[in-house]
Parts: sequence; structure tokens; C-alpha cells
Amino acid sequence: MNNSVSIAVTGSGGSGAVTTGLILLQAMAKAGYYGYMSRTAGPQIRGGESAVMMRFSNRPVHCGDDRFDVLLAMDWHKLERFADEIPLDGNSLIFGDSAAGDIPEILTASGAAFTALDLQQTARSIEGGRANMLGLGSLARLLGLSGDTMRQALQATLGKKGEHIIAASMACIEQGMGFDIGDHGQLQLPSSAAQDSHWNISGNEACGLGALRGGVRFVAAYPITPASDILEWLAPRLEKLGGVLLQAEDELASVNMITGASFGGVPSLTATSGPGLSLMMEGLGLAVASETPIVAIDVMRGGPSTGIPTKSEQSDLNLALYGFHGDAPHLVVAPLDISDCVFATHWAVCLAEQLQTVALVLSDQSLGQTRAVMDKPPHAELPCQRRIAHVQDIDVSQAFQRYQLTGDGVSPMSIPGTPAGMYTADGLEHTERGTPSSMASDHDAQMRKRRDKLTAYNYGSTWARIDGNGPVAIISWGSTSAVCREAAERLASMGIPARVISLRLLLPLNHRGINEVLQGCSSVVVIEQNQAGQLYHYLHAEQVLPPHARSYAKPGPLTIRPGEVVTLISGVINDE
Amino acid sequence: MNEMVKPKDYKTDIKPIWCPGCGDFATLSALTKTLAYLGLPKHEVAVVSGIGCSSRLPAYIDSYGFHGVHGRALAVAAGLKAARPDLTVIAAGGDGDGYSIGGNHFLHACRRNMDLTYIVMDNHVYGMTKGQPSPTTEPDWVSKLTPHGSGLRPFQPLAIALSSGAGFIARGFAGDPLTLTRLIVDGINHRGFSFIEVLSPCPTFRPEQKQWKQLARPWQQEATSDPIEAAMRIHSDDGMSTGLIYQNNLPPWQPGTMPARDLASIEQEFLV
Ligand SMILES: Cc1ncc(C[n+]2csc(CCOP(=O)(O)OP(=O)(O)O)c2C)c(N)n1
Ligand code: SF4
Repeated sequence: MNNSVSIAVTGSGGSGAVTTGLILLQAMAKAGYYGYMSRTAGPQIRGGESAVMMRFSNRPVHCGDDRFDVLLAMDWHKLERFADEIPLDGNSLIFGDSAAGDIPEILTASGAAFTALDLQQTARSIEGGRANMLGLGSLARLLGLSGDTMRQALQATLGKKGEHIIAASMACIEQGMGFDIGDHGQLQLPSSAAQDSHWNISGNEACGLGALRGGVRFVAAYPITPASDILEWLAPRLEKLGGVLLQAEDELASVNMITGASFGGVPSLTATSGPGLSLMMEGLGLAVASETPIVAIDVMRGGPSTGIPTKSEQSDLNLALYGFHGDAPHLVVAPLDISDCVFATHWAVCLAEQLQTVALVLSDQSLGQTRAVMDKPPHAELPCQRRIAHVQDIDVSQAFQRYQLTGDGVSPMSIPGTPAGMYTADGLEHTERGTPSSMASDHDAQMRKRRDKLTAYNYGSTWARIDGNGPVAIISWGSTSAVCREAAERLASMGIPARVISLRLLLPLNHRGINEVLQGCSSVVVIEQNQAGQLYHYLHAEQVLPPHARSYAKPGPLTIRPGEVVTLISGVINDE
Repeated sequence: MNEMVKPKDYKTDIKPIWCPGCGDFATLSALTKTLAYLGLPKHEVAVVSGIGCSSRLPAYIDSYGFHGVHGRALAVAAGLKAARPDLTVIAAGGDGDGYSIGGNHFLHACRRNMDLTYIVMDNHVYGMTKGQPSPTTEPDWVSKLTPHGSGLRPFQPLAIALSSGAGFIARGFAGDPLTLTRLIVDGINHRGFSFIEVLSPCPTFRPEQKQWKQLARPWQQEATSDPIEAAMRIHSDDGMSTGLIYQNNLPPWQPGTMPARDLASIEQEFLV
């Protein structure tokens, strides 16, 4: 995407860097642009240094760019912490406060042009004035935003704080818009028609919404970064929809609570991150064996162990695929970008309900805690019905056969409260009735049933998103796939057509689908954000990759950037 | 007693795997008597358990049941009750299941005070895994795994339930099925979390528990609603007094009730 502008705002605790970003995102949204805003922070629990990293365009934005056009630094405090995340170059601009002292060498080394602005000094002359609002004013001018748009964005973002805050902020923004920042017309995006259908939503909110669209009305979870936002967004909204959210005592409880609720007939979900998913494994296996539909969202963060709680990595794939003991067929779904968090979670809920099994959703911190201004995610019409045994369908001459062997492996489930449908769900291997059994024939029949119901199901075309059509194939998943899609666009404009296979359904794997898309590809590269090449090894083990396929695997927390993929693929072409 | 239904109507035709003389038979029969006495429709009852000999109970009762994993019965039960407050939900299991691997859920179930009944068949041993000490086992009880005894002071389930906030605390004995039935009836009728610890002998691994017949006796006093009084009685007891010790009508857990909205109006929040 050549027509985009990237802006970072940094500042120490209390400097208002994040607020500045939120208002600017909203202002650009009001002006009709698409936007993307990720954030990062130092280790302090509250009030430490933080940074927001934004990108705006006339076209939808699904990932960050390779570099930043502008850095607005409220101060230089601990700025080196963010240097890796905010690449600058000779074409970048740095705005800093004239009162903040000398600009650190690490910034000037980039060759970026520095402009000192009288932020603090001017703020002191305005009643209730804040330096960040002056900085915001200068960014507004740079981007060609009108005072009117800024006022609307302020109202939307800070409206609850009262009229005097809005007035003081607006006074600062207007002053900031008057600062002489030089002429940088090249950074102004072509004007856009104001949009009233765009959404401003984070990936975590999008997962929460997908859950609600899928009919989830019970959630139990234990707080963990970066998944807690899903829970906090859901808690009041579930209640308004007549649902319940329980804060569990730990993840062992949350997974078993949702299993109990789902046994009671209510579509149920939990959300966690790597450490919590590890703790849930036994419970997830119980849901597989007892054929109780549940969904667990894992917003992945840096691992192993407590790892890097606030930053992203795609390193829980192995756990999601292989973490269960025993043969435990289940589903693993991964959203492809922030917008897709709505669809992927909605789909996962529907698949779990339809197939009476566990669906894991692998999101990550860079999807979950990033906000995007995007087109309203369409409401997908998905089959989403649990196969229920109603009283009139039940043969009263025998005990209810909960795990009856059926053609497609899915057995009608009676919901407590249904007369004549009584049965005991069991995680012990069981007969068709659910009675514990260690007989080889029962194990064989029930294992086949649990496997075949997943492999026989028609997942349609949503198992992957396929873009482009060139001899080079890039296979990726999750947040990294959005980066690969942008890289492929750039490659196409350079005359290197590439196809990108963004896998949404990781388990069960669509072997035939992958084989078909890889037809005629001379090179295949698997790109992912982890050290071990987890997807690459999985695809190899499943024998869907040609022997010459390569792996590009890089652990977090730095995101893989589109330019990195462009360089990589260009290199692959030259090697041939 | 409801004239229409009999205890045996609540039994399934599945034969228990328990050893002859196992105390758990008494809980099974007390529970079916309770359900018949209360006349609860079978399909509106759910019995949830973990893993252990005692946790096999649900399959023997003709109601809805969930036989989950070791230690998590209370979590499954809490989720079910939160999602389906209309059901009568009973959790059951052993002392290892409830006090060791599931100990954290026990504390929080007491605190959360959902309208659940929790029956622990306590035999002071791990029966299913063939005779290791449980949290309630005496410190000098020798097993293959603990040749010198565990050396640990026994866990005090009633005291812990009290300090964790349970509002109904009782001890029953498998050798006194009538009292046990009454306790379960009262536990189900109690609004909030009711905890019933059952002295349930394991003749296979703890044959000396035959003596419990001589040792078990009713509490000397009526139940109290004063937690300090209850604590004193529990701590001065040898663990063999049976009956209801404490009942306090603490507010049970209730789902929140914000004004209703539909999903479409929630989605409007995201509009720029
Ligand atoms: C996670 C896990 N750890 C260990 C076990 C093995 N295990 C099964 S039952 C049991 C103890 C049962 O003791 P208790 O709960 O007191 O019940 P009882 O058999 O005495 O009725 C153990 C340790 C298991 N099933 N799952
Ligand atoms: S081992 Fe003990 S607890 Fe288990 S069934 Fe036999 S007697 Fe009962």
C-alpha cells in the first residue's frame, strides 16, 4: 500500500501519548480514512512510558508499515525502549518539545529531521492546557484535518470528562494547528468522503462481538494479559443480553465452568493467553471426550512461561494442535486480521456447536490490543445449530443414547430439563449410552465418531483466504498473514506475482485444499512469528508441503514487517 | 414423602462398581430417597462429579449427570447452575477429589455461595488409586506410598468451609442413612451453597473404619447460625459428630441484571 501515512506518539507516564493516539484515530476516522493503531508500554503497571503506533490510509489497513513518517515525542524519557518498534529514516520527521532537552542520539542517528515545538511552554499559557493536545494540533495540521473534525473526535473520545476539558483541549489543538511545522504536503492523504458506516474496534472487542454473534451467552474466565479486554468488554454486554460472565478462581475452573454451562445447553466460551491455555488442557480434553461444545480464545503473547505478557508472538500453535493427551480431535481457528476476529470467533462458536467439540481460537496480542478503523464486518450467515434431542424424538423404551453412532458422527444431545433425555456425560471412554467402558470395541467406535465428525464436515471456502496467483506461494496465519498479504501486493506491483494462503482453519487441515492452491507453485515459503517454525513443521508433518518449501520463522515481540517479506521473497526468486 | 415416586425410580439399571460394604452405597441410597421425598422431576436434577470411586455416583442416578475430570466437579456444577438456575444441581465426590486436587474450587464455591449442594464422601483415603493418603488421612497411617505415614495434619473440611463462607455445613455418616437423607434434603432446600461431608468408610483400604459405627454420634447441640460458635464446636470435635452444625442464610450468588439491550444496539457502539 503506497498511500498511507504512519505516525507514532511516545511519552512518559501521564504525558497523554495514548489519549493523543485515540483522538487522532477517531479524527481520521471522522474524516473518512481507515486506520490502525497498536500500542506498547514499558514495564510499569500504571503511568509508565508508552507509545502508540498508527497508520492511516484511504484503503483498509491491516498491519503496520515498515517505517514511520512522523514521531511525536512528548519527552525523551526511556525513548530507547521503543526504538526497535518505531523505525525512522532520513525521510521521517520528529516533533519534540523544546523544553525536553537534547534529542537522544539514537533518534538523530536515523537521519530524521527534527523540529522543536513549544509544547509545554504554550500549554502553560492556556487554562487547563496540556502539551499533548498541542502536539495533536500540529499532527492535525500535518494531516490536513479541520478544527471541526478535531472537535468531533474530542467529543467522541473525551466527552465524558466534561465540557471544560473539551474546551481546554480544543484551545490547545487550535494553537497547535498554528505551529510552524514546515510544509509536508506529501504526508496528506487524498481527501476522503466522510464515512458513517466505519467502525472503530479492537481485535479483542471484535472477538467478543464474534462470540455474541455466534450466540455465546455464558463466559467464565480468569484475567490474563492480553486477553482480559475481551472479558471486560463482554461482562456488561453479556448481562444486557441476558447472559452471564463468571470470574473463575483459575483457568482449571473456567474451562470446566463453561463445560458445565454448555452441558446445560448454553453456548459457552472462555478467553485466556498461553499460560492459561496450558492449564486448561485437561478440561479441554474432557469437552472433546464428553462431546460438549466449548470455545477457548487464546490471545497469544510471548512465551514460554510468563514470557512477554504485553507483546505478541504466534508461538502457541503447537500447544493448540498437540497439547491434549490422548487422541483428541478438535478445531483450531485463527483470525486473519482485526476485522476477521469477528468472523473467525463467530465461526468457531458455530463449528463447536454444530460438531459438539472444542474450538480453539488463536488470536494474538497484536490483533487483540490494536484498534482499527474499518468497514463494518458483515454479518455472516452461518449454520449454528446444536443437534438437540427434543422430547418427542426420544425413544422412551430405552435409556437415552447420548453417544449414539450416527452417519455423520454427531449425536443428538438432550439438554437438562428435557423429560426422558437423562444421561450422564462422561470423560471416561463410554458406550453409546455414556456408561464407562474400557472395551476395545467401544473405544474404537467412539474414537472414530469423534474423529470422523470433524473430518467429514464441509467447512466450505472459509478454511483459508487465498490472494494473488503467482508461482511463489506464501503460507501464513493470524496477524502475520495480513503482513504477507500486503507484501504480496507490493510484490505484484514490482512484477513478482505471489499467492498468499492465509490459513483460517488450522485443524482439521484441508489437505486437498492446500494441495490445489499449491499447484504450479515453484516456491513455497511458510512465514510465522515464532522461533521453531511451528506451522512449517506441522504442514510438513501433514505432507502438504513440497520438499523444497522454506521456513521463515522469527519470534516476537517485533512484528514481521511487509518490507521484510518483500525482501525475503525477492531473494527466493533470485535464488531460483 | 411424595406418594407418586419411589427412591428406586431414581436409580438407573447400571450396577455400581463399588466394593461390597463401601460407604458410598449409603450416599447413593440417601440421595435417591431425597429426590423421591422432594418429588423432584428427574429431568430437572443434575448430579456432577469428578474422578474417584465416589465420583462414579452420577451414572447410578436417573437424572442428568456429568462425570468430569479429577477435582473439577464444583467448577462444572457452578457453570451449569449459573447458566441454568432452574435446575437442582448437586456436586459429589471424594476427599481427594474435593480437598486435594480440587481444593481451590472448594474454597471458592463456599465463597461464591451459589445455590448448589456439595456432598463429599470422605473415606480418608484414595480408593480408586488403591490406597494412598488423602488430605483427611491421619498422619501416621502407613501406605505403600508413605511408608512412615504422611506426617501431615489432617485437613479440616468443616472449618475450612466455614471460614470460606459456606452457609450450610453438615456431617453425615454412611452408617446412619436416615440422618444422611435428612441432611441432603435440608441441603437442597437451603438457598445457597450447602456442604455435606459424609463419613463414608472404605472397607477395602481402611478396614479399621468399621469402628466408625461406634464412634459416630449426633452433635450435642442444635445447629447454630453463629460462625464463631460453629468454629468452636468444629474445632473441639474429634471429627465424628454428625448432623447439621451451621446454617446461616447468607445471600446466594445471583446473576447481574442490567437493562436489556439487543445485539444490534450493542454493535452501534463501534460506529465512528
Ligand atoms: C489429574 C489426575 N490426577 C490423578 C488422577 C488419579 N486419581 C484418580 S481417582 C484419585 C483419587 C481418588 O480419591 P478420592 O477423591 O478420595 O475418591 P475415592 O476413590 O476414595 O472415592 C486419583 C489420584 C486422575 N484421574 N487425574
Ligand atoms: S476401594 Fe474403597 S472407596 Fe473404592 S469402592 Fe472399594 S470400598 Fe469403596
